[in-house]
Amino acid sequence: MNKIEKERHVLVIYPHPDDEALGVSGTLAIYAKNNVPITYACLTLGEMGRNLGNPPFATRETLPKVRKKELEKAAEVIGIQDLRMMGLRDKTVEFEDDEKMVKLVTDLIEELNPSLIITFYPGYSVHPDHEATGRAVVRAVRRIPVEKRPKLYCTAFSKDCERNLGEPDIVNDIREVQDIKIAALKAHISQTAWMLKGLEESIAQNNPISERLTIERLWSYQWDRDEVD
Amino acid sequence: MEPILADKVQEYINQFAGKDVYIHVETTNGAYASHFNEGFFSAGCFIRNAKVNYEHGKIAGTGPYRIGLKLDLGWIYVEGLTHFELDDQGRLLLSGHGHDGKLAAALEISHTPFD
Repeated sequence: MNKIEKERHVLVIYPHPDDEALGVSGTLAIYAKNNVPITYACLTLGEMGRNLGNPPFATRETLPKVRKKELEKAAEVIGIQDLRMMGLRDKTVEFEDDEKMVKLVTDLIEELNPSLIITFYPGYSVHPDHEATGRAVVRAVRRIPVEKRPKLYCTAFSKDCERNLGEPDIVNDIREVQDIKIAALKAHISQTAWMLKGLEESIAQNNPISERLTIERLWSYQWDRDEVD
Repeated sequence: MEPILADKVQEYINQFAGKDVYIHVETTNGAYASHFNEGFFSAGCFIRNAKVNYEHGKIAGTGPYRIGLKLDLGWIYVEGLTHFELDDQGRLLLSGHGHDGKLAAALEISHTPFD
């Protein structure tokens, strides 16, 4: 288990509202409690999500408005003061111009001078938007001279991530902010209702608490085996 | 959204016929289909804001429903539709939800471009 290091500014870049809650809301809540400024650049509004409620309470056209509100609520719960919605469209991130994507990230880095960036690990993050986001961040950070680079931590969840990357080197104990993580997941209720039902049943049955609520796992980007083209 | 009433939807389809309209059409298995089920072959597509003018359209089946719109030079076809709504902007929104409630198909028709 790691002791969470003090940071100057944390920049989080993910493509979908709820990526932050699922992956790193506990870690971010701890930074927020320590008064570390956090910027979350969320690239899309998850417009193409398949969860519209059962029976459906949202439509394809109202979903982005629903998810925008959920994102704002989650940011508030976690303690993210600087939430930016970057206006891309769900499912299309990988088709944007690569150089435009690098510039989007570079502009944020130059403006904010973060000591730590958190994104998805390219190659190990399953969804094409996750992969494209991670690639853009790696390309942008790679252009910064090594001695000036912010730290780059990545979440990953492909089936082969541990086989290829090894055990994550950053394992944060988030039990002290468990309630905040649950609240962040609940904020994204249109997308997390199914998962939360399972979690609550599990807690009600006194099963061991899901690992999702006790630790968060991240990998420092392995620059010595950088596979992004 | 409410479960499709075929007669009602047919009326709406008729109202959009013969006019320039914008279409959103989509089918999807979800981006995680092959992650959760490794043998699964995932396929899908979407087109947003295609501008077309269909001469007529029909809803068919007994639910889930199929819709076909006959174009000057071709067709728009979607199957697996279960729900509909005429929204507050006068757009006809149709979607198909699987047994788990998740969206699997959509067809939307509007007089103005979608956001």
